Amino acid sequence: MTTTPNPAVTTAQATTQTTTMTMAAALNAALRDALEADPDVLLIGEDIGTLGGVFRITDGLKDRFGADRVIDSPLAESGIIGTSVGMAYRGMRPVCEIQFDGFVYPAFDQIVAQVARLHYRTGGTVQMPLTIRIPFGGGIGAVEHHSESPEAYFAHTPGLRVVTVADPQDAYSTMRAAIECSDPVMVFEPKRRYWSKGEVDTTVTADLSSARVLRTGTDATLVAYGPLVVTALEAAVAAEDDGISLEVIDLRSLSPLDRQTVAASVRRTGRLVVTHEAPGNVSLSSEVIASAVEDCFDHLEAAPERVTGFDTPYPPAAVEDHYLPGIDRILDAVDRTLGRRNSREAA
Amino acid sequence: MLTTTSAPDHDLVAGLVQPLYVLAEDGTRHPDPTLDPLLRDVDEELLTGLFLDMAVIRALDDEAVALQRQGELGLWPPLRGQEAAQIGLARALPSTDFFFTSYRENGLAWCRGVSPGEMLSVWRGTTLSGWDPFAHHMATPQVIIGAQAHHAVGYAMATKAQGKDDIAVACFGDGALSQGDLNEAMVFAASFRAPVLFFCQNNQYAISEPVALQATVPIALRPTGFGIPSLRVDGNDVLAMRAVSLFAARHIRSGKGPMFIEAVTYRLGPHTTSDDPTRYRDEEELESWRRRCPIARLERHLEQLGTDVEQLRAEAKRRSLEATTALREAVTTLPEPAPESLFENVLSTEHPGLVRQREQFRAFRNSLAPEQADGQQTEGSSA
Ligand SMILES: Cc1ncc(C[n+]2csc(CCOP(=O)(O)OP(=O)(O)O)c2C)c(N)n1
Ligand SMILES: [Mg+2]
Repeated sequence: MTTTPNPAVTTAQATTQTTTMTMAAALNAALRDALEADPDVLLIGEDIGTLGGVFRITDGLKDRFGADRVIDSPLAESGIIGTSVGMAYRGMRPVCEIQFDGFVYPAFDQIVAQVARLHYRTGGTVQMPLTIRIPFGGGIGAVEHHSESPEAYFAHTPGLRVVTVADPQDAYSTMRAAIECSDPVMVFEPKRRYWSKGEVDTTVTADLSSARVLRTGTDATLVAYGPLVVTALEAAVAAEDDGISLEVIDLRSLSPLDRQTVAASVRRTGRLVVTHEAPGNVSLSSEVIASAVEDCFDHLEAAPERVTGFDTPYPPAAVEDHYLPGIDRILDAVDRTLGRRNSREAA
Repeated sequence: MLTTTSAPDHDLVAGLVQPLYVLAEDGTRHPDPTLDPLLRDVDEELLTGLFLDMAVIRALDDEAVALQRQGELGLWPPLRGQEAAQIGLARALPSTDFFFTSYRENGLAWCRGVSPGEMLSVWRGTTLSGWDPFAHHMATPQVIIGAQAHHAVGYAMATKAQGKDDIAVACFGDGALSQGDLNEAMVFAASFRAPVLFFCQNNQYAISEPVALQATVPIALRPTGFGIPSLRVDGNDVLAMRAVSLFAARHIRSGKGPMFIEAVTYRLGPHTTSDDPTRYRDEEELESWRRRCPIARLERHLEQLGTDVEQLRAEAKRRSLEATTALREAVTTLPEPAPESLFENVLSTEHPGLVRQREQFRAFRNSLAPEQADGQQTEGSSA
């Protein structure tokens, strides 16, 4: 991610506006600023208007911009996305909210068979500048369908940009970029990090395709995205106590994938661990590891490892902590790449 | 098609102008030519039975809310205000008719003999499905809005194909009316004359969204477009609910195809314990529906019939206490799932990939310090 201030903005305003806020507030600010900046931007989703969204991400926006631009939609996800396709035909830039990750499936057909293909199908004539926001991931003790990580289905679909955000600044800047982008962008928001705080400078811009190195290190590269970026950084701190230096990469964009950033890091460290909440089978870690093997096989000093959700449906809340990758499982994988004592050694 | 005399407004729908009812707000009995023939068996015992059911269900529901507030449950979707709709339906159908419901039908579950522990485990997060659907002829709560309507239709088509006469019931809310699944289910049901009852509890809201966003005309009109006859009924009148349910079940069982019931009711509580309804509805509206309490209405009726309501209330209190005590006990004694149980039942047979993952998981847990393995691994600070 470009973390330099947007030159145009900084020269015009000559000041940065840095505030400490939660990721939820940062997303709210990004939506507000996007609605302010462009009359073609509108928001649509279930309970996003009067209620301000079940996570309050759109809090206050209906009062400010009116019910025509912040639309409480009927309870139908296919309708939300399909209607937005029609609006996009007419030049609008709909920002759709899917209330929870597990409710995107009724919209799957509209997303993969329409949104993702219209630009290609029409030889570039029809643009689909939709932004599809999805709170995703587990760790909140929820009932079924509220803790899913469905990102790989969409990353697998050509024609979509699939991005994740990890902290308030990233959330603000990435959301602004997504709304401005003329491609359809799916933004996966880590719901369990909504209330984590950070500094946000609203003049900072981001691109939608690059990973970022959040911490440099020499012994192994640890790749994460979304909710596990914080966990990965904490793992790196813990590893330091053991004298292990981890380089932490926030993938950010899941499609297209920033292979270069990952490969450059692996060339330096020689080791790769990838972590995400989604099941590992045919997942982002499959793709990142395959890319690394293709791009820098000769630099790999150990087999890449992944720490993911297991290949099961998301389990009941009572055992979700066992399902979700945590610091210890990540460090165990790091130990394997380093040939250190690890849980599988005896097995 | 529908042979009801109280269908002045449309030949496929009854109760459009005024939802069907037999108990007025003040508890007086109102004659209805369609429903009266179905109420001939009503006596004091039946009425007090319905009263006790509703009272106990309300107490259980309140207790579950309290348990959630005390941290014993992750979430609870209260049904307060919808007791008559659920009890009237449940007590009208034989226990072999199969329910496919959403998450709010705990009144139905209670009537079907679901135990408190079975009812709570999903909301405590110890399981994804609290009971054996076949033991109770009731599928466990469906969270995906509208999905269960298809299941009910398919089940009904299968019973028909098997030459059996049990029917299926799809229970859903007003919000579900907008989902493709529900509308597709009605097409299938109509085209194949499936023995299925579509049972909509119109509680006026889908979380914060008022019903007008899902249907600009009464919901009961929607099925008529599919050729499915429908009944719009006062969902806070337990006797009318029982009567329309009997009416619909008889129609469906006689081979005439699907029927639809819209129970016009109100959710007095929050959508779930996570919801803050003050953000989308006002006290005045709430108060007007509180005055239409289904339990109070039946109580007034019983009073007029000369029932000793003091004694009835005392009995309700006794049974409620018994039920809520059992609920509270059940919650604290629910077994915690073993960590490794999360690997079970993905497929009907094990496959090597998953067996390997479970072995690695076991090895990992064994490698942890005991206190970590029991609880969990170190987690991110901001979870
Ligand atoms: C496919 C899908 N989309 C969204 C949701 C989130 N959600 C849960 S309940 C609900 C409202 C349902 O309203 P209604 O059908 O009227 O039933 P009620 O809750 O009033 O009983 C919504 C939007 C969901 N569970 N499933
Ligand atoms: Mg409703």
